[in-house]
Amino acid sequence: MFWTTTIVCVVVLAFIAAALVKSGRLASTAPVPTSAERTLTRSVWAATTLTVLILLMLLFASIWIGRGVESVEAATAITINIVGHQWWWEIEYEDAVASQRVLTANELHIPINRPIVLKVSSRDVIHSFWVPNLQGKRDLIPGYITAIWLQADRPGVFRGQCAEFCGLQHAHMALDVVAEPGADFDRWLQGMRTPAPAPETEEQRRGHAVFMSRRCAGCHAINGTEAYGQVGPDLSHIASRSTIGAGTLPNTRDHMDAWVKNPQASKPGNQMPPNPLSDEESRALLAYLELLK
Amino acid sequence: MTTKTDAVAPEEDFHRLERTWRDPSGVAGWFLHVDHKSIGRRYLVTAFSFFLLAGVLAALMRLQLSRPDNSFLSPDLYNQIFTTHGTTMMFLFAVPVMQGLGIYFLPLMVGARAIAFPRLVAFSYWMFLFGGIFLYASFFLNAGPDVGWFSYPPLAESLYTPSKRADVWAQLITFTEVASLAVAVSLITTAFKLRAPGMTLNRVPIFVWAQVVTSFMVLFAMPSVMLASTALILDRLVGTHFFDVEHRGDALLYQHLFWFFGHPEVYIIFIPGTGLVSTILSTFSRRPLFGYLAIALSLVSTAFMGFGLWVHHMFATGIPQLGRSFFTAASIVIAVPTGIQFFCWIATMWSGRIVLKTPMLWILGFFGIFLLGGLTGVILAAVPVNIQVHDTFFVVAHFHYVLIGGAVFPLFGAISYWFPKITGRLLSERTGRIVFGLMFVGFNTTFFPMHILGLHGMPRRIYTYPAAMGWGSLNLLASAGAVLMTLAVILFLADVVRALRSAERAPDNPWDASTLEWATSSPPPNSNFLRPPTVAGRDPLWENPPDQPFVVGLRSGIRDVLVTHVLDAEPDHRDEFPTPSIWPFVTALATTALFIGSIFTPWAVVWFSVPLFLAMVGWFWPKSPDEGGTQPWPSRRTLPGPNEAPAAGGAI
Repeated sequence: MFWTTTIVCVVVLAFIAAALVKSGRLASTAPVPTSAERTLTRSVWAATTLTVLILLMLLFASIWIGRGVESVEAATAITINIVGHQWWWEIEYEDAVASQRVLTANELHIPINRPIVLKVSSRDVIHSFWVPNLQGKRDLIPGYITAIWLQADRPGVFRGQCAEFCGLQHAHMALDVVAEPGADFDRWLQGMRTPAPAPETEEQRRGHAVFMSRRCAGCHAINGTEAYGQVGPDLSHIASRSTIGAGTLPNTRDHMDAWVKNPQASKPGNQMPPNPLSDEESRALLAYLELLK
Repeated sequence: MTTKTDAVAPEEDFHRLERTWRDPSGVAGWFLHVDHKSIGRRYLVTAFSFFLLAGVLAALMRLQLSRPDNSFLSPDLYNQIFTTHGTTMMFLFAVPVMQGLGIYFLPLMVGARAIAFPRLVAFSYWMFLFGGIFLYASFFLNAGPDVGWFSYPPLAESLYTPSKRADVWAQLITFTEVASLAVAVSLITTAFKLRAPGMTLNRVPIFVWAQVVTSFMVLFAMPSVMLASTALILDRLVGTHFFDVEHRGDALLYQHLFWFFGHPEVYIIFIPGTGLVSTILSTFSRRPLFGYLAIALSLVSTAFMGFGLWVHHMFATGIPQLGRSFFTAASIVIAVPTGIQFFCWIATMWSGRIVLKTPMLWILGFFGIFLLGGLTGVILAAVPVNIQVHDTFFVVAHFHYVLIGGAVFPLFGAISYWFPKITGRLLSERTGRIVFGLMFVGFNTTFFPMHILGLHGMPRRIYTYPAAMGWGSLNLLASAGAVLMTLAVILFLADVVRALRSAERAPDNPWDASTLEWATSSPPPNSNFLRPPTVAGRDPLWENPPDQPFVVGLRSGIRDVLVTHVLDAEPDHRDEFPTPSIWPFVTALATTALFIGSIFTPWAVVWFSVPLFLAMVGWFWPKSPDEGGTQPWPSRRTLPGPNEAPAAGGAI
């Protein structure tokens, strides 16, 4: 397709250039003879016919490839629900047993060489799920659930980003797709199903208390605790994720500290309010969060 | 015949004619104008001012994106800026500037004394101006729309945009629609009913064809977006839930309505551009346009097909595959008529003798740029490619190639082509070449890298991007190109100012062109043609015999206009045209109050309909001819017809 259009472009420009050169040489003011007009008419007809043929070819190629890209062997597929929020991704691994479902956010783990069916929707405005190296876009439209599929053929981390303008922080709504061998993926999934570990050290216990007594638990959930807020991303395994704020900051201790205290600094307008914590409180909270692998 | 032209001495008669058709002068008189040349000039100047404003906004965006993680603009301001940029370019520049050219030149090109429904055209100008001022006043009050030029719900619903910003957008749409619908009606009527005798439908200049086709598209496309934006306002104002998912509204419905307008909109902008290309190309190839019929039919078929491919803006929403294949086919097929136009243009140049003046340079620039934009359009029609590059900078590059290449380059060509006709002064040939060079290089430097950025995965409408993505250097290059384009526009404006101040007068027909607007003086007299022409061919100034007759029998003391038949332009009757009036201005003021008030309360529609009603009563108040009023319709009285050439002169 690229080469076809490039060739068409070059040929047409060449004819325009040739016309310029040719007409530059024509010095006479005599009217164009009728025979020349007839040749021109024939040329225009020929060019039009050629155009139609090329376009038909492109049309069939497009439909052919479209079918290939969209059809899927569903038997071995894993189904994952993706729900868009302003401005983060909710990810849920389906399972027939309700307790075996896994809820996470902003980091999608998939096994390689297996088709993944993504059922996508949105909780608020329209977003668009797009991981360029794996599949084309699919809009997340509130009120609609649609499905696409993708498959990773090699392990790796593939970055994705929201592709439909969704408000103030559309620029900071990214996600990572981690494709790993089947065994690693199963291990990861099993780990996700286990409840978050209980705090062990004194500092972690204080951090746990900060999380539950401050506003955190009102919006975020941690599996196995009394925190079950649904407004923000699930934090049961936050320490294992590579970014904070849907790809806004790398997940390091310093960034987490700054994010918790004032998320509006790096991602202005997001739904998380600033949290005035004392140094002691924030150290404890970070110690607890780091436990949540 | 009530008045015989040759009964009075011609000089004296011409003076009387000019007094009859003169609009009042002075500041107060300025609000009364109904002359299409005056309104057309205002349209062009106003639309170009909005082009400059939106250009400044574009420069700010390029500054913000020139390096990664830049904090020059806040996300809130950036979103307002890109929304206002897109909205301005689409609704306050591209459509009105083309309509402005139509308002100014259509009556001249068909040899008419005036545009049809002159007061309606004046009203449309005021609506356009007030709408634009309203948008920019809101923008400078930090209430500029920030939900994109498409304003999709649910983002634009009051739950997610509680401020008045989305209302500002939706009402701006209403303003510009009222304006463009009014102009469309006037242009169609002018082209169909006011043509010079002899200008049968197959002799109409291609630019007029383009304007007529565009106007019909406006008539069918604009109501769709009007429905969408009005339903959005109703959702926000009185909670109608058209698009509110929580209450069983449908978010996708809006997209269908919007793009049923939004795609034809591209052709509404681009078809007049091709009309300009055909016009200028023919003049500077020194021969009649090759394939007149093919080009005219291409325009018409583009217009029809343009309504059948809106879904290609929605391939990513999950439309079933069969439906998508249909719209892929339609999007690919529409390249055929445009291809035919290209081949006809090449054939015209091939067999012509090209004169490389500035207007022609812009047309050559159009070829290079639009060709690329059109071909990336064909690429975008393919679903597998589309769902990858949709809403990325690839699309940004594509439509800037199409719209700047297809409309702005021909427009600059048209400005340098018609500047002497409008102002009576010539632009500098040397400066024009420099402006063109800067613009061409600057444009490609700005927008070509965006293709690559899009293919590297950079989405649209993001106010910043992380350095790790590696998009920094190409963005910097694009921003550097924007500097060149800015220089080009500044230089162009400087040359316009210089030309307007210079004493040197342009000749009536500096390019030796063939269409009727060159048959009158530069700038044209109040009555357009002291002696209204008749025509004997498609290119009257090249083909008319020296003794081609004029139209006589139009009275010089009254605004008489000859009305002709649609197909063969045989004289039908003469009509008395309205005189200057304050009512279009007053009506526009009342409408503006109603539109803006209804952002705040539904009762505004009720209360402000009272002044609106009074204004329209004033507008339509009947007056007898003795009071300077027009005859009540129908005013068929006498058939003047093209007489034999009067003794005073033969050639036009």
